Amino acid sequence: MSAMLKLEVDGREVEVPPGSTVMDAATQLGIFVPHFCYHKKLSIAANCRMCLVHVEKAPKPLPACATPATEGMKVWTQSAQAKQAQNGVMELLLINHPLDCPICDQGGECQLQDIAVGYGASESRYTEPKRVVMHKSMGALISAEEMTRCIHCTRCVRFGQEIAGVMELGMIGRGEHSEIVAFVGKSVDSELSGNMIDICPVGALTSKPFRYSARTWELSRRKSVAPHDSLGSNLIVQSKGSTVMRVVPLENEDLNECWISDRDRFSYEGLNAPDRLTQPMIRQGGTLKEVDWQTALEHAAKLLSDVRDQHGAAALGLLASPQSTLEELHLAQQLMRGLGSENIDFRLRQRDFSADGKRSGIPWLGMKVADIGRLDRVLIIGSYLRKDHPLLANRFRQAAKRNQEVNLVHVASDDPLIKLKTKLVVAPSDLPAALSRIVAAVAELKKLPRPAGITNLAIDEPSRAIAGSLVSGGSTAIFLGSTAEQHPEAARLHALAQEIALLCGAKVGFFGTAANSVGGYLANCVPGGAKGLNARAMLEAPRKAYVLLNLEPELDCHDPAAAMRAVKSADCVVALSSFRTRATEYAQVLLPVAPFTETSGSFVNTEGIRQSFNAVVKPLGEARPAWKVLRVLANNLGIPGFDFDSSESVRDVACRTADIPARLDNGISGIDLATAAGANQPASNALERIADVPIYFADAIVRRAESLQQTKDSREPRATMSPATAAKLGLSSGDSVRVRQGDGEAVVVLNLDEELPQNCVRLATAHPACSGLGPMFGEVSVERAG
Amino acid sequence: MLNAQSLKIIDKAVAKYPPDQKQSAVMAALAVAQDEKGWLSPEVMDFVASYLDMPPVAVYEVATFYGMYNLSPVGKYKLCLCTNLPCALSGAVEAAEHLKKKLGVDFNETTADGRFTLKEGECFGACGDAPVMLVNNKRMESFMTPESLDKLLAELK
Ligand code: SF4
Ligand code: FES
Ligand code: FES
Repeated sequence: MSAMLKLEVDGREVEVPPGSTVMDAATQLGIFVPHFCYHKKLSIAANCRMCLVHVEKAPKPLPACATPATEGMKVWTQSAQAKQAQNGVMELLLINHPLDCPICDQGGECQLQDIAVGYGASESRYTEPKRVVMHKSMGALISAEEMTRCIHCTRCVRFGQEIAGVMELGMIGRGEHSEIVAFVGKSVDSELSGNMIDICPVGALTSKPFRYSARTWELSRRKSVAPHDSLGSNLIVQSKGSTVMRVVPLENEDLNECWISDRDRFSYEGLNAPDRLTQPMIRQGGTLKEVDWQTALEHAAKLLSDVRDQHGAAALGLLASPQSTLEELHLAQQLMRGLGSENIDFRLRQRDFSADGKRSGIPWLGMKVADIGRLDRVLIIGSYLRKDHPLLANRFRQAAKRNQEVNLVHVASDDPLIKLKTKLVVAPSDLPAALSRIVAAVAELKKLPRPAGITNLAIDEPSRAIAGSLVSGGSTAIFLGSTAEQHPEAARLHALAQEIALLCGAKVGFFGTAANSVGGYLANCVPGGAKGLNARAMLEAPRKAYVLLNLEPELDCHDPAAAMRAVKSADCVVALSSFRTRATEYAQVLLPVAPFTETSGSFVNTEGIRQSFNAVVKPLGEARPAWKVLRVLANNLGIPGFDFDSSESVRDVACRTADIPARLDNGISGIDLATAAGANQPASNALERIADVPIYFADAIVRRAESLQQTKDSREPRATMSPATAAKLGLSSGDSVRVRQGDGEAVVVLNLDEELPQNCVRLATAHPACSGLGPMFGEVSVERAG
Repeated sequence: MLNAQSLKIIDKAVAKYPPDQKQSAVMAALAVAQDEKGWLSPEVMDFVASYLDMPPVAVYEVATFYGMYNLSPVGKYKLCLCTNLPCALSGAVEAAEHLKKKLGVDFNETTADGRFTLKEGECFGACGDAPVMLVNNKRMESFMTPESLDKLLAELK
């Protein structure tokens, strides 16, 4: 590295690395230079001119954000020349800016307002009429009703181009006719779009769901952790009274940087959904009625012990959502074990459990999130990366712009908006074979013998290209995404990924499917002993009684049809839920539990960081934190070891931070790498299903978030197939088709996608329209409807 | 969307730049598209965007930046009168008044017979010939006095 540069800002000396700007130097000294267009995560535009400073020997003031720091430079940010320039720019910016702060949502948290106080005059010298810009429609999340307020800093435009990876907004026109717009008739659909609201320095882009509902100074703020994907984005949850009003990011450079996904930002609307469960209910004589907590818990205890007494403890099962807190998962499994059953699982969308007992530890990212950017070669297997992990996707997006080669093997062709080195799309049943070919290709390049089971495989062009990329790097990793984890041969995919990694000296990582994918294992919320049933087995061999924690079986399980059959045929279902859900059809007891904003708890993210949070608001109605509910239920059942007086004491029993690293290990052994020919292949005339979990249907809270439900990502699911497959069936785009799987069916509109593998049909799971269907993978048939 | 002839010209423009910088040809492509279609509808801009592998809104930015692109249909003759300072000081104001009166339209309007569209232009870099007017983006007319305007209009059938 070349020598540091020494310069002076406001008489204070500072050293910065070459390539730094005057703004960087000032920031390092803690000197504030007023600015609008400058943003530390975006490229330099230098178009607002607010950051003008006085530089020695420069004839005119220079923009700090765009002026390179040089050795021996002398800068004054507050000299008379600097001040005059800054005040002048402020005056220009305010010429056309409306004086509508009193009715502007940004009022009180507006950079323009704040800086105008310091640098603006108290009166304008302009008497001419102000410019008016028409409002724009940008979709359900961003309000662009007052574009007259825009100061054309282009932060929103650059955010789209550089961070979201898709330029949805642009600045049209020229000079004082410039306007920020989306292309004619388009909305802003990026899954990161809400960040534009944060970075807009004025009130031009504001939050549509939050609009006019509170002023910033009325809100109380609490730190929290996002409950959806496995990143564990840090949040600031803002509330008024007992209602969550808004969620914004809390900067954490190691995880979410200064961003959050739209799912993390807008899902709070689901917390206030009309179907919140606010009173315990029990079924009596076939009808549900509201009761008090004591009655409900005593009833639940009685029903569960009755089933155990009559049918044995193995007739009981626990299914918990991976969005539950560590504390909840810990107590739920302890309760089930206290009842004598080992039928315990939180891996609801997983299909293949043959890795259980063969893993060396808990599957995790395999590295720190921040280290993703340091990899130079990457293979991602089976991931709807953008939708499943919006901000992990951004890490790869940024790294790919530098020197990272990203290779993707997946079952669908969705554009990750990442510059890909190679993209290989194969049918789900071909995924193991595709990986085997990559193993073979890497072995060949490395001049190493092929591992057992991969002997007689021909290497094809794409596998050779991927192998070539992987072996050429200095720091390589293989990641398994949600599709790989949910695949019917997940264990084999894992083992194959490990083979590739071994051959080219790479790391293996799992993205993780939900907020507590690691936490669930730490809490031991998985089956134990030889007899314990996993999430799949518990539904395929239905139990007499289930305890359900925060889940909607028809939407959260791998096989919705089997899940519904199982819970409907059970004698007893005790559902702990924040929402009424379809549990009202089958549950004997419904216990209203608090969502993450109304309870304390912890999530352990995919890198193994345990993050705890406190309640932001009081539980709604009679809802109570689930850890307390489980404690009382266990006490009613006479199960010992539940004398916890705080969620922290539960947490520390569940797992200590210091113990986590030793338990994380992506190693796997004892898996046969060879796939029997034709395994998973559907019968010759049948189609194979590809199922994604749509981003805004992934869990109970986000499904109820009204504004997210109006976005493009929440449109009614469609069946998608390749044009050739459709032609074979005599179907064309736009047809209404009936998709049958087992006894279930869904009638949807057909879409065509050139890149989808042959003889496959893609149809989402986790959506009410598809909740009658079976497993996420496997055989389906499609015919014209009506 | 565009005919083979137009695409051929666009391809030639694209070939001047490195393969991963196709979008450098956007101005040429828009000009060709406009020559064929008369104006740039959203559909045409969308087509150019996908042809050059760039976001539609980025094409829109370019199309709205330059006055020579028509974002709505124009008359047979688009008259673009420079009204910047040197022209304004040398008779452009009078020329504008004359044109407006004679054609019965204001700036950004088209005559009822669809023959003329009147537009305001920015400096064409020909201030020595002020006032200057551009006809259909390609033909530059100098010294636009009312008399020479009358002559020109009579000629544009
Ligand atoms: S809308 Fe906001 S972020 Fe975008 S250019 Fe205008 S002021 Fe900047
Ligand atoms: S912040 Fe430097 S020019 Fe805008
Ligand atoms: S001012 Fe009209 S051509 Fe320059």
